[in-house]
Amino acid sequence: MRPSQARFTVATEPIDPDVDLDADPPGARGRGESRRPHRVVLAVIAAGGAIGTGARYGAALLWPTAAGSFPWTTLGVNVAGSLLIGVLLVALTEAWTAPAWTRPFLATGVLGGFTTFSTYCLDIERLVSGGRIDLALGYLAVTLVAALVAVTAGAWATRGLLARAARPGRAGRTGRRAR
Amino acid sequence: MSGPQSWLAVLLGGAVGAPLRYLTDRAVQARHDTVFPWGTFAVNVVGSLILGALTGAALSGAVGAGAYLLLGTGFCGALTTYSTFSYETLRLAESGAVLFAVANVAASIVAGLGAVFAGLTLAQMIFA
Repeated sequence: MRPSQARFTVATEPIDPDVDLDADPPGARGRGESRRPHRVVLAVIAAGGAIGTGARYGAALLWPTAAGSFPWTTLGVNVAGSLLIGVLLVALTEAWTAPAWTRPFLATGVLGGFTTFSTYCLDIERLVSGGRIDLALGYLAVTLVAALVAVTAGAWATRGLLARAARPGRAGRTGRRAR
Repeated sequence: MSGPQSWLAVLLGGAVGAPLRYLTDRAVQARHDTVFPWGTFAVNVVGSLILGALTGAALSGAVGAGAYLLLGTGFCGALTTYSTFSYETLRLAESGAVLFAVANVAASIVAGLGAVFAGLTLAQMIFA
């Protein structure tokens, strides 16, 4: 086993879903080698990024939060994006044979552009410097817990639905029992 | 700055920030052979540093509303990501690397907050 493959021994899939190896040109294998990504992949991510960023900006315009108040809009955006990426990436890695552009477009582009870590950190700093340490700590913790619960719920619910769909149909079993 | 121009600035920043996150993630991950998601960590910390500096510059009047929408809301917003941060933390925990998951959360938040604070302070010192 090459050293570059050692990272896959702990997880069954790469930990970082943004790095989509399938998007690389055929013949290029392994993460250690430096390869140039397709221009098409970058264009797809740019388009998705613009859409996701626009959606976040739209949410900020629709539900503005005043300075010194709890940043509900950024919280909602980051939690919703975490829920959706849990659903999407489990569906993509475990069942759905989607076109190659789906993951870079939706996960890296749209959801990556929609959610933001920098504004989360800035929100906390602004609350602290405004003297609202209570709100800052609450926002820090609530965002983190809600996002992790959301991504877990999204992933587990999708896995559950996939498992139910994969089970043999009820009609077959009822037929056997009737006999 | 009026409506359509604001939107254009935000969308343009987002269209540059997202592919740059992808390229940075690939470049960083290619150099590190661990399960720790260094790529996402790097973009989140660098994006926080830039957003802090931009905010400091804007508070000092050195950066206008349009540039802030382009570089802050658009570029830094898309360069950094919470969804991938959440998903990678979940993947680490599910694969048994619970310590890495906890370390990812703690390091990302501490470094992100430190970066915002450092950027803000530096920019306010420069532009004051």
